[in-house]
Amino acid sequence: MKIVVCIKQVPNTDKVRIDEKKGTLIREGVPSIINPDDMNALEAALMIKDSNENVHVTVVTMGIPQAEDALREAMAMGVDAAIHVTDRAFAGSDTWGTATVLAAVLRKIGDYDIVICGRQAIDGDTAQVGPELAEFLDLPQITYVKELSIEGGKVKAKRAFEGGYFDIEAPMPVLLTVIKEINKPRFMDIRLIYKAYSAEADFRVWTANDIEVDLTQIGVEKSPTHVFKSFVPVREFKGESVSGTPKDVAAAALEKIISLNLR
Amino acid sequence: MSNAKVNQIADLAEYAGMSVFVQHQNGKVHPVSIELIGEARQLAQKANSPLYAVILGNKIDEIIDAISHYGVDRIFYYEHELLQHYSTEAYTKIMCEFIRSQKPEAVLFGATSFGRDFAPRVAARIGTGLTADCTALEFDEKERKIMQTRPAFGGNLMATIICPDNRPQMATVRPGVMRKPECVETQSSVVKITPELSEEEIMAKTIRIVADRIRTVSLTDADIIVSGGRGIGDESGIALIQKLADALGGAVGASRAVVESGWIAPSHQVGQTGQTVRPKLYLACGISGAVQHVVGMSESDCIIAINKNPNAPIMKLAHLAIAGDLHKVIPELLGQIEAAKADGICQFE
Repeated sequence: MKIVVCIKQVPNTDKVRIDEKKGTLIREGVPSIINPDDMNALEAALMIKDSNENVHVTVVTMGIPQAEDALREAMAMGVDAAIHVTDRAFAGSDTWGTATVLAAVLRKIGDYDIVICGRQAIDGDTAQVGPELAEFLDLPQITYVKELSIEGGKVKAKRAFEGGYFDIEAPMPVLLTVIKEINKPRFMDIRLIYKAYSAEADFRVWTANDIEVDLTQIGVEKSPTHVFKSFVPVREFKGESVSGTPKDVAAAALEKIISLNLR
Repeated sequence: MSNAKVNQIADLAEYAGMSVFVQHQNGKVHPVSIELIGEARQLAQKANSPLYAVILGNKIDEIIDAISHYGVDRIFYYEHELLQHYSTEAYTKIMCEFIRSQKPEAVLFGATSFGRDFAPRVAARIGTGLTADCTALEFDEKERKIMQTRPAFGGNLMATIICPDNRPQMATVRPGVMRKPECVETQSSVVKITPELSEEEIMAKTIRIVADRIRTVSLTDADIIVSGGRGIGDESGIALIQKLADALGGAVGASRAVVESGWIAPSHQVGQTGQTVRPKLYLACGISGAVQHVVGMSESDCIIAINKNPNAPIMKLAHLAIAGDLHKVIPELLGQIEAAKADGICQFE
């Protein structure tokens, strides 16, 4: 069985700082990590590999040269092969552009049974690339997967929704997006770290020339959505402050609550 | 099958009408769909365009009836037994049929786990852009564009997104952000369509739907929310928050820190990764007001914050900022509420 996991390298949003004047992100000094949901996607693939014979896992990322780190880390977790898709032509792609590039990558890989993505990335929070990729590849999809098994050549999944879950069955090839409830990602294996960075590692770098991608559909200019502006949410103080004994401040709170005339 | 392409439309003016996908389950319309109709009504007025609602289902006349009183010009009702339950493939197919036949200039979906599952597929099949999880929409009359604003980087940054050259402009919109519209006298006209759909087209098959045994806390419907943050100290602090919520007839909310500490179930979480709420009263107890929390509650009508630190970000947001120790203030407040109830000054359910 062949599994492809799509991951994204993201800035750790807990450590993000903002340039309040320009309304942009200060990326300098902010550590990059594998997107958390994508760690769960890797773990899901590796768990299938652990419990089945002849499972081959490839990890793919589209990203800047530095994104190589994310792929090496995935290899040190136990992934068999990595493909780094990188080209200036891809820069600034929205989810449409990104899914277009990834679809071209998957077509070149050709032979796969399961594609696994994290549900969403913590920088954009869109959750769109997975379903868009599934559509471009004409695959059935199961998103928000919180439990997964493979039985009788079919994928069985519990698909979470706001009020419970769906039990869903799909034939392969299929695309899945997983949520953090599905598993606890493993750490890198010390024995694999060396190999992941060695010449032995099955690590490929593909540019736009290596895949069949329509350049009129990708990049910052051709992507259908554009960022018109970005800004820091402004909040100004409009209330009153009180301090004093618990009795006094509680009285102020009660007075405010009563004034709202809630019942 | 070859993929759709973007940037192919010669005349954007061929596309007219604001449309809303109506989500429903077990005979109930999802609140976000009503919120979206209200929002789309305003966009349609500014654009001088008709307002459409798209409803998929099987024998759901009561849903059609419920929707027809919100000022929608025309309801497109796709009725088929295979549309009874949600499936990505059937819903994608029908929405694409609607878009291809009606050419709306915009399609809005609730940013629920369903809207976020199939809206991207629809956008990819049609060949247009999609903006995820918007919290504000505005119509630019000059350029006839919808300005779609959404949080990014955990709410630290807001971005306004446009889709200038492709139609329809599509967005998923976060539940609980837009105001529910009032009902109107007029009734919508209904176009009922029986689409062609076969079981073979649905490859990812739903075997069963299992509802959570524990009722999900409906924070979005609550008028009063009492929320606890890291400042409640430990798990016992939740009991104090619960007492205050009970005394006021409100629901209990929590910050991410409290949920991640395992003090309360994730369904109580308010914020970027939890629910967005806009109650009449939001009582933030021991919550510092990290951006990721604030994006989920800043639209509340009245915010009262109790915090030891008078300089905490939440204090700048609050209508009443109380500097004090919640472990002393809340018991005192509980006592005063009891007294006020006994005196008939106020009553909370």
